[in-house]
Amino acid sequence: MKLMNLKRVGNQTVVFENPPVILSSYSVVGPKEGQGPLGKTFSKIWQDNTNGNKSWEVAESKMLEEAMQGAVSQAKVKADELDFMLAGDLLNQIISANFAARTLGFPFIGIYGACSTMALSMAMGSMLIDGQFARNVLVGVSSHHDTAERQYRSPTEQGSQRAMSAQWTVTGAGSLVLAQTGVGPRITAATIGRVLDYGEKNVNNMGAAMAPAVADTILNHMKDLNRTPGDYDLIASGDLGQVGIQLAKEVLKRSGVETANQFQDCGVMIYDPSQDVHAGGSGCACSSVVFAGEIMQKLISKQYQRVLLVGSGALHSPTSALQGESIPGVGHAVVIEA
Amino acid sequence: MFQQIIPAFIVGGLICVIGQLLMDLTKPAFTPAHVLVTFVTGGAILGALGLYGPLVKFAGAGASVPLSGFGYMLSKGAIEAVGKRGLLGAFSGGVEAGAVGIAAAVFFGYLVSITFNPKG
Amino acid sequence: MPGQNLRPPNLNITPQEYHNLTMSMTPKPNVIRNSWRAFLVGGLICAIGQVMINLLTMAGLERIEAATAATAILILLGALLTGLGVYDEIGKFAGAGSIVPVTGFSNSIVAPALEFKREGYVMGVGARLFTVAGPVLVYGIATSIAVGIIYYLLHF
Repeated sequence: MKLMNLKRVGNQTVVFENPPVILSSYSVVGPKEGQGPLGKTFSKIWQDNTNGNKSWEVAESKMLEEAMQGAVSQAKVKADELDFMLAGDLLNQIISANFAARTLGFPFIGIYGACSTMALSMAMGSMLIDGQFARNVLVGVSSHHDTAERQYRSPTEQGSQRAMSAQWTVTGAGSLVLAQTGVGPRITAATIGRVLDYGEKNVNNMGAAMAPAVADTILNHMKDLNRTPGDYDLIASGDLGQVGIQLAKEVLKRSGVETANQFQDCGVMIYDPSQDVHAGGSGCACSSVVFAGEIMQKLISKQYQRVLLVGSGALHSPTSALQGESIPGVGHAVVIEA
Repeated sequence: MFQQIIPAFIVGGLICVIGQLLMDLTKPAFTPAHVLVTFVTGGAILGALGLYGPLVKFAGAGASVPLSGFGYMLSKGAIEAVGKRGLLGAFSGGVEAGAVGIAAAVFFGYLVSITFNPKG
Repeated sequence: MPGQNLRPPNLNITPQEYHNLTMSMTPKPNVIRNSWRAFLVGGLICAIGQVMINLLTMAGLERIEAATAATAILILLGALLTGLGVYDEIGKFAGAGSIVPVTGFSNSIVAPALEFKREGYVMGVGARLFTVAGPVLVYGIATSIAVGIIYYLLHF
C-alpha cells in the first residue's frame, strides 16, 4: 500500500502543510511567578497558591480551567467549533486536566509527558488540525508547587534541605487555541522525541536526567530539517534548569551542534536567583506560561521570527525512584514562526 | 539553671554535624527519614555496648535530645527489664522506656495536625 | 546508551562520560557551611533542652523524670513550630541541626499529617502521622528487643 503526501521528514519530524495558527494564549500563575522577571507577561496572577479553594489539587485544576477559558474567550471561537481539548499535568492520573475537562465539556484527550506535556500537546494539536481532523483545538497544561511536592518529594512543612541542583515546580497554567485559519504565529513543524536514559538516579537533579533527551531531539530536529541553531531566534528548553542547560549545550557541542545565546531555558527565565529556587523552575506550567506570555508576545511583535520550543520531561515516578531506577528523559520540539 | 549547658551545646552540635555529613556526603537517596532511623538505631547499639551512657552523663541534654538519645533510652530500658523479668523484659523494656516519648509524639502530633493547616 | 542500537544521529557521548560531565557541572553542597549551621542550631536546641532539665530538677523532679519531661516538652515545641509553618524555614537553614534533635522527629510526624489532612482524619491525618515515625519506631524498638535478647542470652 503506497502512502501519498507523507508529511514526515527525516527521523522524527513532521512538517505541516497548512501550519496551524495560534489564535490566542492565556497564562495564570501564582504569586512567586508573578514576582519573577516575567511577572508582567502573565495574563493573571493569583494572590496565593490556594485562591480560596479547599485543597491545592482543586486549586491547580481551577487554575487550568481559568487559563483555558481565558484562551477560548480571547480567541473568540464558539464553543461548538472547538473540536478537541488536549491537556495534562503532573499529578497521578492527570486529575487537574480531567477535572478541568469535566467543567469545560470539550472532547478530551488527556496527555502525559511530564514537564514536556505543553510542547507535546502543541505538536499533537497541530497534527489534528493539519491532518484536517479538527478546525480548532484547545491546548493547556498546569502544575502547582505544593501538589508536586507532596506527590514527588516531601510534605511541604517538613524541615529538609533542598539540593543546589533541585528545581522549584512552577505554580501556573498556560493555554493556547490552535486553529486552521486566522491571524497569529504559526506552528510549522514538530519533532517527537525518543526516550533516553543516561543513568541519572538523582531525583534532585532532573536537569541532568533530561538533558540528553533534549539534546537528542534538537540534534535530530536539525538533521531532519537540514537546519542549524542559527536559523532560530530562540531555542527554548522547557525546564532543564541551570545545570541541565549547561549539560545539554556541552553534549550538543560534542555531537556537532553549536548553540550560542539563542539557546535558553524557560526554567531559568521564569525566576530570579534571589527567589531562592536553586537551579530554576520546573513543571508542566514552566514552558507553558513562559511560552504563552513572553515568547508569544515577542512572536506577535515580530521580535522573534522563528522559535523552537523544546519541552523537557522526566518520565519517572516516586515508586520507580524508591526502587532505585534511573530517570528516563524525553524532549519534544515544536517550531513556531511569526 | 545553666549547669552543663556548654557540654550540652557542644556535644549536641557535634552529633548534628555527623547527621549533616551523612546527608551531604552520601547518595541523594539518604532522606531525613533515613537520618532519623540511622540515629535511633545507632543510639540503641551504642547504648547496648555501654558507650552512650557515659556521653549522657557528661553532656546531659546534648546526648539525650538527639534521636540517638531516644535509641539509647530504648535499649537501656530493654536491658534493665531483662534483669527484672527475664526474656519477657527484652520485649517490654524498650517500649516501656520510650512510652512517654511515643505517647507525646502521637498526642501532640495529632492535636497540632488537626488545629493547623499547611502553608506550602 | 548501553545496549541500545538507536537510529542515528546519536549523541556523541557515552553514559560514563556523561556521568563525569554531570559530576563536574552539578553544584556541590557547601559542606563546611552546612555543618557549621547544623552545629549551631543543633547545639542550641540541646542547650535549651538542658536548661529545661535543670529547671525541672530544681522544681523537684528526679533526674530521669526531668529528662523524660523535657523530651516531651521539646516534642510539643517541634510540633507547634511545624503547625505554625516555621519549622521548615529553620530546617532550610539548619539541615541536620533541626532534623536530628527530637524536635525534628516531631516535625516529621506533624508535617505529613498536616499535609494529608485534606484526605480525612483517619486515612489522612491518622495514617500519615507514622509515615516517618513508623520506620523510627520499627527500627528503634526492634533494635532494643534484639539487644534485650542478646543480653539475656549472654547473662542467663
